[in-house]
Amino acid sequence: MISMRFPPWAIGAMILGLAGFAVMVAANVRQNRGVKRSLFAYPYSLWMVVFTIIPLLLIAYYAFTDRSGQFTLENFRTFWDSNHEMNKQLAELGFDPAALGGARGTVNVDTLVYSLWMAFLCTVICLFLGYPAALFMADRQFRLGATLVILFIIPMWMNFLLRTIAWMSLLEDNGLINSILTALGLPRMQLMYNSQAVLLGMVYNYLPFMVFPVYNALSKQDYRLSEAAMDLGASPILTFWRVTMPLSLPGVISGITMVFMPSVTTFFIPRVLGGGNTEMFGDLIERTFLSADNWNVGSALSLIMMVLILMSLTLLRKVDPEGEGGSTI
Amino acid sequence: MTKFIKRGYLVLVLLFLYVPIVVLILQSFNAGVSRAKWEGFSLKWYADLFQSPAITNALYITVTIALLASFFATIIGTAAAIGIHAMRRRPQAAMMTLTNIPMTMPDIVTGISLMLLFIFTRVQRGYVTMLLAHITFNIPYVILSVLPKLKQMNRHSYEAALDLGATPGYALRKVILPFVMPGVITGALLSFTLSLDDFTISYFTTSPLVQNLSTLIYSEARKGIKPTMNALSALMFVALLILLLAINRRANKAQETKTNGGTR
Repeated sequence: MISMRFPPWAIGAMILGLAGFAVMVAANVRQNRGVKRSLFAYPYSLWMVVFTIIPLLLIAYYAFTDRSGQFTLENFRTFWDSNHEMNKQLAELGFDPAALGGARGTVNVDTLVYSLWMAFLCTVICLFLGYPAALFMADRQFRLGATLVILFIIPMWMNFLLRTIAWMSLLEDNGLINSILTALGLPRMQLMYNSQAVLLGMVYNYLPFMVFPVYNALSKQDYRLSEAAMDLGASPILTFWRVTMPLSLPGVISGITMVFMPSVTTFFIPRVLGGGNTEMFGDLIERTFLSADNWNVGSALSLIMMVLILMSLTLLRKVDPEGEGGSTI
Repeated sequence: MTKFIKRGYLVLVLLFLYVPIVVLILQSFNAGVSRAKWEGFSLKWYADLFQSPAITNALYITVTIALLASFFATIIGTAAAIGIHAMRRRPQAAMMTLTNIPMTMPDIVTGISLMLLFIFTRVQRGYVTMLLAHITFNIPYVILSVLPKLKQMNRHSYEAALDLGATPGYALRKVILPFVMPGVITGALLSFTLSLDDFTISYFTTSPLVQNLSTLIYSEARKGIKPTMNALSALMFVALLILLLAINRRANKAQETKTNGGTR
């Protein structure tokens, strides 16, 4: 069952790395002073180079090369036009793609736009559902706040695949909701295999990521500030709008980050709750790699997604340079 | 009145979070196959669970990978944290950026990049590659739980130990390690749970022949879910619940000793 087949040069590289470490340690053992402590990070940096930096460079390498290893930008064209390769082959065979109705295949771009839209909706819903919950929990008169936070964490301890599958048994045609509807004499509803079901699954999975940072920002707030606002004659609504809410913005920002990032790259949820009717960018990448077996285009798609994520992270960092609120998880 | 609305709202949100889980756990005790009808209490899905070689095998793989990955990640991560803490500002900042890269990367990219690495180096994907991947995504979490402890530490106690004649190795074992131990254990437990729960990265770094529970659930879900899966999820949920309650108690205790002014 445990198969381990490393090529000899991979083992060689490992031995070389360890030997390098041994030499560096030996060189640094000074008379009775021991090893320099900063050397302790050496195995880690070596590990990170091999298992994080090189793999990322490999994605970039595959994204900019074709199957034979030649430099190319075709993979990004395939992102823009999924029929690009097919039309090229047709042209090589002497056909005119335009005459055959070979238009630009918009599948890949559409999927990206759809994913961004779904992630946006998911973030907005999580914000509107999660903010009041965090606000009520952070209320100073509400003693149970800290306990309730734990109640929000517990569902996350269930495997996310299982949490999503659990929704299936509620939503499907013979599921619980439809059974209740039938028992009440109401017509059954088609609840699964559409965008709303996918959105529900996403909100369900990512809502706690919005609640924690907002709760943290709100409960760390100096309550005397809002009391002062009230004493100076502000109404509760004005106090919330001018004091409490602006002060909680760092938490909101990190909540948005923590919901939006995983929702854009979601895969599995659309497949289970959306059936074959919805595909998101994560599914597209997975399908391109594993079903279509096209690592070059798959890498280009991954690269595009990473650039998008880095861009939105930098944007959010600008709003919240300290990165507060998200530090708890 | 507003109090009532506030509490009612919180109850509704929590219901939304818990209903699917409760339904799933109840179904695991249902004698019938139907998911909507209750046909009596039964433990037969739990019995089936332990008779299925695919599931027991996946359970074995999941647990051993989680144990080994958290073990190695804790050692490498703790050493790295001590090293990073002792560094000067510039290299320290560089190392922290390096640590943050995998944490901002989406899981699917981490998984795919590691898959490409293994394909590129012609390493056959399976148990060992999954273990390597799990160690990789666990190390930053260990570092981030040990570093705060190191920062809390009085830096003079290490120097005092050296002045009193301790060798650096002895001072490390007797001064630094005992102080950061709570952080080390939190990091180890965190790695263990992350490893138990991981799906995306495992999915890309293993072969269909070597499956952990998450990847097994994934392939089963495509064929339609059997009630044994409900039993399995209920068990996994309870196991993780116990584990994370243990972590939480540790964290609370650490908090208490801190607020009581308890310095060791």
